[in-house]
Amino acid sequence: MPVVQIEKAALCQCLNRKDFTDDEVDELCFEFGLELDEVTSEREMLAKEQGDAKAAQMGDQLSDAVIYKIEVPANRYDLLCVEGLSRALMVFQSLAQPPLYKAVQPAAGMKQMRVAPSTAQIRPYVVCAMLRNLSFTPASYKSFIDLQDKLHQTICRQRSLVAIGTHDFDTLTGPFLYEALPPSDIVFKPLNQTKEFSAVELMQLYSGESHLKAYLPIIRDSPVYPVIKDANGVVLSMPPIINGDHSKITLNTKNVFIEATATDAHKASVVLDTLVCAFSQYCSEQFTVEAVQVNYPDGRASIYPSLAYRQVDIQVDYLRKGVGRSDSQLTIDEICNRLTRMCLVAKATSDATVSVTVPPTRHDVLHPCDVLEDLAIAIGYNNLEMSLPPTLCTGKQQPLNSLTDKLRLEVAFAGFTECLTFALCSEKDISERLRLPLDSLPAVRIANPKTLEFQVARTSLLPGILKTVHSNRSLPLPLKLFEIQDVVYKSTDSSGSAVNSRQLAAVYYGKSSGFELIHGLMDRIMQVLGVPVDQYKLSATEVATYFTGRCANVLYKGSSVGTIGVLHPETLAQFDLTLPASAFVFDVEKFL
Amino acid sequence: MEDLRSNILAYIDKHETCSSTELCKEMNVEHQKIVGALNSILAFGEIISAQPEVTSRLELTDEGRQVADHGSHEAVLFASVPAGDGAPQSELMKSVPNAKIGFSKALANRWIRLDKSAQGGPRVYRQVESVSDRIRHCLQMVAALSLDSLTAEERAELKKRKLVQEGRVTVYRVAKGPAFTLTLAKEETELTAEMLATGVWQTLTFKAYNFKALGQQPDCGHLHPLLKVRAEFRQIFLEMGFQEMPTNRYVESSFWNFDALFQPQQHPARDAHDTFFLTEPAACRLDAEQADGYLARVKAVHSNGGYGSIGYNYDWKESEAQKNILRTHTTAVSARMLYQLAQQPQFQPTKYFSIDRVFRNESLDATHLAEFHQIEGLVADYNLNLCHLMGIIREFFHKLGIRRLRFKPAYNPYTEPSMEIFSYHEGLGKWVEIGNSGVFRPEMLLPMGLPESVSVIAWGLSLERPTMIKYGINNIRDLIGPKVDLKMVSVGPICRLDK
Repeated sequence: MPVVQIEKAALCQCLNRKDFTDDEVDELCFEFGLELDEVTSEREMLAKEQGDAKAAQMGDQLSDAVIYKIEVPANRYDLLCVEGLSRALMVFQSLAQPPLYKAVQPAAGMKQMRVAPSTAQIRPYVVCAMLRNLSFTPASYKSFIDLQDKLHQTICRQRSLVAIGTHDFDTLTGPFLYEALPPSDIVFKPLNQTKEFSAVELMQLYSGESHLKAYLPIIRDSPVYPVIKDANGVVLSMPPIINGDHSKITLNTKNVFIEATATDAHKASVVLDTLVCAFSQYCSEQFTVEAVQVNYPDGRASIYPSLAYRQVDIQVDYLRKGVGRSDSQLTIDEICNRLTRMCLVAKATSDATVSVTVPPTRHDVLHPCDVLEDLAIAIGYNNLEMSLPPTLCTGKQQPLNSLTDKLRLEVAFAGFTECLTFALCSEKDISERLRLPLDSLPAVRIANPKTLEFQVARTSLLPGILKTVHSNRSLPLPLKLFEIQDVVYKSTDSSGSAVNSRQLAAVYYGKSSGFELIHGLMDRIMQVLGVPVDQYKLSATEVATYFTGRCANVLYKGSSVGTIGVLHPETLAQFDLTLPASAFVFDVEKFL
Repeated sequence: MEDLRSNILAYIDKHETCSSTELCKEMNVEHQKIVGALNSILAFGEIISAQPEVTSRLELTDEGRQVADHGSHEAVLFASVPAGDGAPQSELMKSVPNAKIGFSKALANRWIRLDKSAQGGPRVYRQVESVSDRIRHCLQMVAALSLDSLTAEERAELKKRKLVQEGRVTVYRVAKGPAFTLTLAKEETELTAEMLATGVWQTLTFKAYNFKALGQQPDCGHLHPLLKVRAEFRQIFLEMGFQEMPTNRYVESSFWNFDALFQPQQHPARDAHDTFFLTEPAACRLDAEQADGYLARVKAVHSNGGYGSIGYNYDWKESEAQKNILRTHTTAVSARMLYQLAQQPQFQPTKYFSIDRVFRNESLDATHLAEFHQIEGLVADYNLNLCHLMGIIREFFHKLGIRRLRFKPAYNPYTEPSMEIFSYHEGLGKWVEIGNSGVFRPEMLLPMGLPESVSVIAWGLSLERPTMIKYGINNIRDLIGPKVDLKMVSVGPICRLDK
């Protein structure tokens, strides 16, 4: 979950509480669905990263002011910056009214962004907005950059879906053009560079830059790259990689032009709403944003930011039932008041319905159930009256799990100890180490394993048990181990799926092979499964995992349900085992 | 041994009381042996009494013991030098143990002399005819605990040569006991079948048992602790009337793992660095889901909304839903079960549970593995709400012995409202998260065909965490996998979660 840093002093000021203790902040966060992750300071954070000595050496350059690191829910983009977070808490504490965000069209006409058809090949959408007469402080400037970064990391999916560019409008001349050009035709001075580069050179330059190289693959192999220019051909940005140096914003920037290019138009609009809602509070006309018109090649014109307020009518009964309160316990007025504290302005439209206004900061609200959650939060989850569901049912086990648990007990009674090993393993574990050809196995293969240990789902329980024997070979002999778990086989039909198979495997490891003991355990299991003697027998076979002439199929009602035998010396060697061992493996599901 | 015991008893009979060191000197045996004999007499009952007195005494070091047995290094060296012709120094240094020390000490004692200019290299000759090995004698006295005859200089020298060290010795003050006797009856150790048959047991004396010793471990098998805890959780669910879901299906389609749960296709959990995708079988067919229009309803609710929701507003792709994965949660099975429930002609209120493996392609550390067990419970009934969810969670955790609970608003893609479950940890003195819960979203339930008034409340937790706390295990690799120490498995207590 994303983490937002906020200075204690700033939080105290906006919540009008000079004497806020850390515990009270923790409590407030908990109630609101946030998590106070850490109480720290600039100096402590540096000390943690680079050591105490370095932090001491920096002296007065570092602040000791208390900073809260607060985790916010992954769907609340509006809380990703100090501005949004503190406003939400102020409204929650009834210290402020939810703001009313407005997109205005200037009398002199909107700024225009023309989209060229070529962008359809790579990144077809762009949305824009203008923040007018804005005054940054060093803190709000930093927060503005941070929020873009956080949005890029979350909803923008590492800039692949949406990429934001912000510009000092006073260095530019509209109208603007969004087009896609061959990389060699894009030449400009990128942010924080002193000379011009072509897009081809830039891709080369940034391939070594840790914070930019992750974004290069989004456009690298495309014949055309996206680029935004002003009326004079000045490059604003080459999304989603880098902005131009010419229009970069500074602490002194007054008018901020925002563009966000995207492969997903809806998300671009959400990102733009989120950014302008949070920072329009610094404009001379608070919460007001200047709209920009985007003209698509098909003649369609869209006006951004949308800053749409959506009305949702909700049955009061639905809300009351949802939090388990009656009419008298929860009046319509109280519902409206509580929802307003969650920035969801609500008013009663009848005795039975409320009309809830979902603001452009709350794109997480999809359904009345989201409103219900906010109502419950505003009441306080821990103030709700708990009750047991009236649902009467009879408990019931899965027959396979019930059988498994009974067998586990019987095998343990017989003196064997239970292992618990991984369902994932390497290809080598199930093939080479068991002396079986890999292509003979119906193994499920993993596409993106981080290590060799997760290449396939196991097709046998033996490798796990033999590895356990290896780690425990210093214990007194003999070792008698078993495991009843699932292995996985690729389906043989065309469904493209796979099935689990519940298996029981046991291993005896000691000074002699102990085959008679493993055989005895198998007999015992058949006995407790109630299998009549004439329905179960061993029949000699050859499986490469086992020693030649010392291997049999376990036949139940004439068909094979498993194998038993003395393990092949080379199988033992594969697991670095120096003493003989016997084992069996069989399919429990055949006995359901 | 028996001789020694009778000698001791005779001595005590004569002297009434004495110390173990005195016996040592008198019997001319090592102190350790005297102590052994005394213990053996004590085992017969109150024949004697022995009060231990811990004193600090000189004792032999390993080297000192060697010297006491074989002679001092210098005496050994002297003995190796033939009288008259002497021997080459180089040869002595090679053949005699500890020759270097022995040589310098013997030289200092003027027992030998060195002729450096002898033919064939330096040669060693005896300078006296015989020597008396005072060092060895002193060490023998130390061994016999008769230290009175050692001078202060001798003590200092032995210490300096590291032949003795200060040690703690328990000396016993021995006296006659109430049942003092000079003859010890022969004691039997075992009651045998023969003794019973002949009746001879009535006349025999039996050796006292040492109840402080451990018994012999029974030869038995053991169940794995994590699965013992699993059995306990299953028991709790069954007691609460829950029905177990068939979760034996590790490979799942993205459709059931994510899409059916209204988790959008661009959700970060669906990234390759969180989820294991497969190359074989890479994708599955969703024929059954397509046949009755369910797939189309899921597609619609994601892309355009419906059922009162505005949806996620994106281009939902069936190819993405077909991708096979190792399930990231057992909720994929819950979704299948709820879908089946919706297919019944008449909705039946139901309580389901499961405990099984799930897989995450995450970074591994001391508490995270790529696979772990998820415990999940859910209730589907008309008009269930948050109060019911909190109520059933409270009931469930009470059965685990956890009483102080509180709930924090949280975000899960497929539940709304959602709550994290916290319990107060007395040991840590703070609230810790112990599970997650919520009410399944209508966008998940209604496309399945469940009636609108039916809600499904659900909660989940991991099996590993409570097990690690229960059995005091800090590293998850000590609990699961091939590196597990089987001794841990065998010594673990039975699992009683409410204890």
